Amino acid sequence: MIAEFLPVAQMLIASVLMLAGVFFVIAGAIGVIRLPDFYTRMHAAGVTDTLGAELIIFGLIVQAGISQTSLKLVFIAFFLFLTSPTATHAVVGAAWQSGLKPKLGKYKAPAPGEAKAKPKTKSKATPPAKSKTKSKRKSPVKTTRTKK
Amino acid sequence: MKRSALVLLVLLAGYWLALSGYLDNPVLLSVGAISVVLVVAMVWRMGIIDTETVPYIHGKSLGYFAWMFVQITKSNIDVVKAVLSPDMEISPKLTKVPLPHSTDLGRVTFANSITLTPGTVSVEMQDDVILVHALLASMTDQKAFADMGERAAWAVSDPMSGKAAPQKDSK
Repeated sequence: MIAEFLPVAQMLIASVLMLAGVFFVIAGAIGVIRLPDFYTRMHAAGVTDTLGAELIIFGLIVQAGISQTSLKLVFIAFFLFLTSPTATHAVVGAAWQSGLKPKLGKYKAPAPGEAKAKPKTKSKATPPAKSKTKSKRKSPVKTTRTKK
Repeated sequence: MKRSALVLLVLLAGYWLALSGYLDNPVLLSVGAISVVLVVAMVWRMGIIDTETVPYIHGKSLGYFAWMFVQITKSNIDVVKAVLSPDMEISPKLTKVPLPHSTDLGRVTFANSITLTPGTVSVEMQDDVILVHALLASMTDQKAFADMGERAAWAVSDPMSGKAAPQKDSK
């Protein structure tokens, strides 16, 4: 009785885990599109990197059962755990070094009608925050590229 | 150094066996053994064997991973909520977080942990602070950072600038 039920439960748990992972991947993708600037977009990409990918791999581990495949998947999950923040930090650090300034302060999504107008006024309204971050930076690279 | 080399030898052999799965093919087994010994000999000759070369996973770091996973899940849900809400009210913020760790491994573990939790990314490491970019202002709680820093230091046995490592139970 239990032996008959076990494969069904295995498939069920695996599907639930993978579907949850897919949800987080899609949410991360939506975030990358909706968020206003590079730095905030990295946070949304982080959702895909961490919980999205890990949940899908956990689902695959459950599906594979105790086997060599699941051991390899455990290794993949572990290395993803270590490398994805390093990659994120490298990308963000490169943006910071080259002088890209983050938008700071409160931000609200523009209403559907004013989608074009609002972001422009927002980016002009934040010079105090910009100058603040500039004084914090000690990198010698001058910020000419961000104007484009 | 001898002990680290031995640990590396055992780990590499186990890794090769686990990934290849060929346990009864003498040709492949001996080729694997040769490559493992060759790698350890090369690392030995280069003189780069130390605790950083040898991946050391013990109970403490596993406990830290478990704790981190809970934190990641929590902050993931926060970020997804903020991103999917129609208004998408966010408040990006830059903060400086003190970095009291004294070993490189402790510093990297802490900075990586900050980046690993979505919503906070470590932008730049300075001598004793990390510049952190947060998606929501509520995520820049200094106490939460300090707690994470203590746990990271505990997981890699970092003395935290001479201070005694705090006693935390591994959840």
